[in-house]
Amino acid sequence: MSFKELKTFDINKSLISITILLFFIMYGAGMLIFGRQGFAKPQVFLNLFINNAGLIVISASMTMVMIIGGIDISVGALVAMDCMILGDLMMNRGWSAWSSMLAVVILGIIYGLTQGFMIAYLKIQPFAVTLAGMFFCRGMAAVISSEVISITNESFVNISQLRISLPLLGTLNKHGKMIYPFIYPSVIVAFAVVVLMFLMLRYTKFGRAVYAIGGNENAAMFMGLNVRRIKLLTYTLDGFLVSVGGILFCMNTMSCFSDQAKGLEMDAIAGTVIGGTLLSGGVGNVFGSLLGCMIRGTAESFISFNGSLSSWWVKITTAVLLSFFIIIQSCMLIFNNRKISC
Amino acid sequence: MKKLSFSLSLNRELILPVFCLLTVLLINLVKTPDFFDISLTNGAYYGFIIDIINRGSELAIISVGMTLAVSVSGGVDISVGAVAALSAAVITNILSGGEAAVNELHAPILLAIGAGLFSALLCGIWNGFLVARLKIQPMVATLILYTAGRGIAQLICGGQITYVRVNAYRILGTNFGNNPLPTPIYISIAVMIITGLFLKFTSFGLYAKTVGINSEAAKLAGLNPGTIKFIAYIVCAMLAGLAGAIYSSRIYSCDANNIGLNVEVDAILAVILGGNQLSGGKFSIAGSVIGAYTIQALTTSLYAFGMPSAHMPVCKALVIAASISLQSPVVKRLLNKHGKKYFKTVFKTVFKEAAGV
Repeated sequence: MSFKELKTFDINKSLISITILLFFIMYGAGMLIFGRQGFAKPQVFLNLFINNAGLIVISASMTMVMIIGGIDISVGALVAMDCMILGDLMMNRGWSAWSSMLAVVILGIIYGLTQGFMIAYLKIQPFAVTLAGMFFCRGMAAVISSEVISITNESFVNISQLRISLPLLGTLNKHGKMIYPFIYPSVIVAFAVVVLMFLMLRYTKFGRAVYAIGGNENAAMFMGLNVRRIKLLTYTLDGFLVSVGGILFCMNTMSCFSDQAKGLEMDAIAGTVIGGTLLSGGVGNVFGSLLGCMIRGTAESFISFNGSLSSWWVKITTAVLLSFFIIIQSCMLIFNNRKISC
Repeated sequence: MKKLSFSLSLNRELILPVFCLLTVLLINLVKTPDFFDISLTNGAYYGFIIDIINRGSELAIISVGMTLAVSVSGGVDISVGAVAALSAAVITNILSGGEAAVNELHAPILLAIGAGLFSALLCGIWNGFLVARLKIQPMVATLILYTAGRGIAQLICGGQITYVRVNAYRILGTNFGNNPLPTPIYISIAVMIITGLFLKFTSFGLYAKTVGINSEAAKLAGLNPGTIKFIAYIVCAMLAGLAGAIYSSRIYSCDANNIGLNVEVDAILAVILGGNQLSGGKFSIAGSVIGAYTIQALTTSLYAFGMPSAHMPVCKALVIAASISLQSPVVKRLLNKHGKKYFKTVFKTVFKEAAGV
């Protein structure tokens, strides 16, 4: 490698390659250990997406917010409020599935706009604003209803449980019948969001501006970018995407209660960090966050396949993975800085 | 003269936090007239005010540590709740000798509390190592213990609630002997005094501010930013461990899932309400403590109004939104520009009216 190549060592690419490697190692280990219980079946792999569809969308949005140098810790509470509104509108007020989903998305946009206004125009720290938002949403969810609402709306159930089989990866079952693995529509939505976000962040004016502001806000301002408007747009888009994620989350759980999705914000942040996004802004990749969520999901399915391990092992495993990643990231950053300064 | 201007500027920083606290108390005075009554029953003081100061102790203790961590590193320590739970789990399990419920102690209380604080110290060293040596953003670094801390605490407790039904252990959370005031009040006052003396008589406070404002400049000035960050995170975790001991003593048990739940959020809120910037630099411990008691006063008074606990976050959110908007630089500038003139005319007319009457 020539000196020039060394200098343009891309931290973005190397971080994501570690994430990909780790995912394959973890999944391979799972196949070896739990192979007999059917860990290698394609359906188990697809279940990762089915169970985490909401989280994937929310992590994609979190990635964007973290690239711009902000943070949104209200996502878990917003998901709870979204689910509650969905349940209340459909079950108690007799709205149709589509109109209540539309209402939730519009509310999410308004919510994101408010947060964005406070962050971009009043210049309050994102952490403080979204902290207030978190309290607000959690409280509103309880105000709407303090009971558990299980959603039985026919069209909503039909939308969420629509099985789309993939004819490529069929396996034979005990009776010699060919069984095709399936996915739900939520997975397609999640994938669409991730791909669109990736393209938007990489190839549009808005996306480039987000990276620029996260890298150095003052420099971006001097380049003539309208920092405030782009921040406002980012948080509005964040509100929209989190609401979409909330609907997907609701499709998976099919019920709602005010304490739902507690700690989801930290799961999303963990997934994003594992995926190679830096909290300080300017560096990040949506596909990395997708893989980060997958890694978390794999750890979860390890626990469920083992059966005898208690639920707190999920927390400990996630934390160990997180520390592994964070330490690798920081070592690479230090290494990189040294190389540039030489 | 120099001293006078210093105290004046200090007071100006504390105006908003004190204003928030007074507003909350004033609303109470109007809504519940017996809010400030204190009664002496069975040799102990009771009343809303005592309750606020008593229940707010843990939050005040944690927010002292949080203020240091925030000002030094410009980031937040979100692991304090988990560290409190971990320390509580260690203490109760040493006292109970690993059993689920006991009626007599298996180890001296001081030893157990020492062990709890030691576990908190280890957590602090881990956090400090990540933040100061590996230079990881504080929130990400403490996210590790935030996720793992409660898991480890449950591992120690074996997934169940450990009860220590011994009166001697309850001293930390209730009154000791015939003392009319609850012990947590004394502990929190002691913590504040010790921290205050530490900051006043050593140069740590100044160093912390310097590192928080500009870490590079501090390094060039001959300070070691790493060591100062390390100390701040250790202090923060130790205080969280102490708060965990009080939490578990109050309920003479350890519920690893619920001890100190969301206290990190409240502590960060206390720091913000105290007028401190989350981006680090200048800090005021007094402001954070006032912020902590404001939050507790708000919670207690909402309970006094008969509001269901699940609805409380909405009110909290509105209060937070109002106070952080007041402290935002843009609103401050607007207030300075137009507010002064407006307030002057308002005051003048009010005084004229009053004089006329």
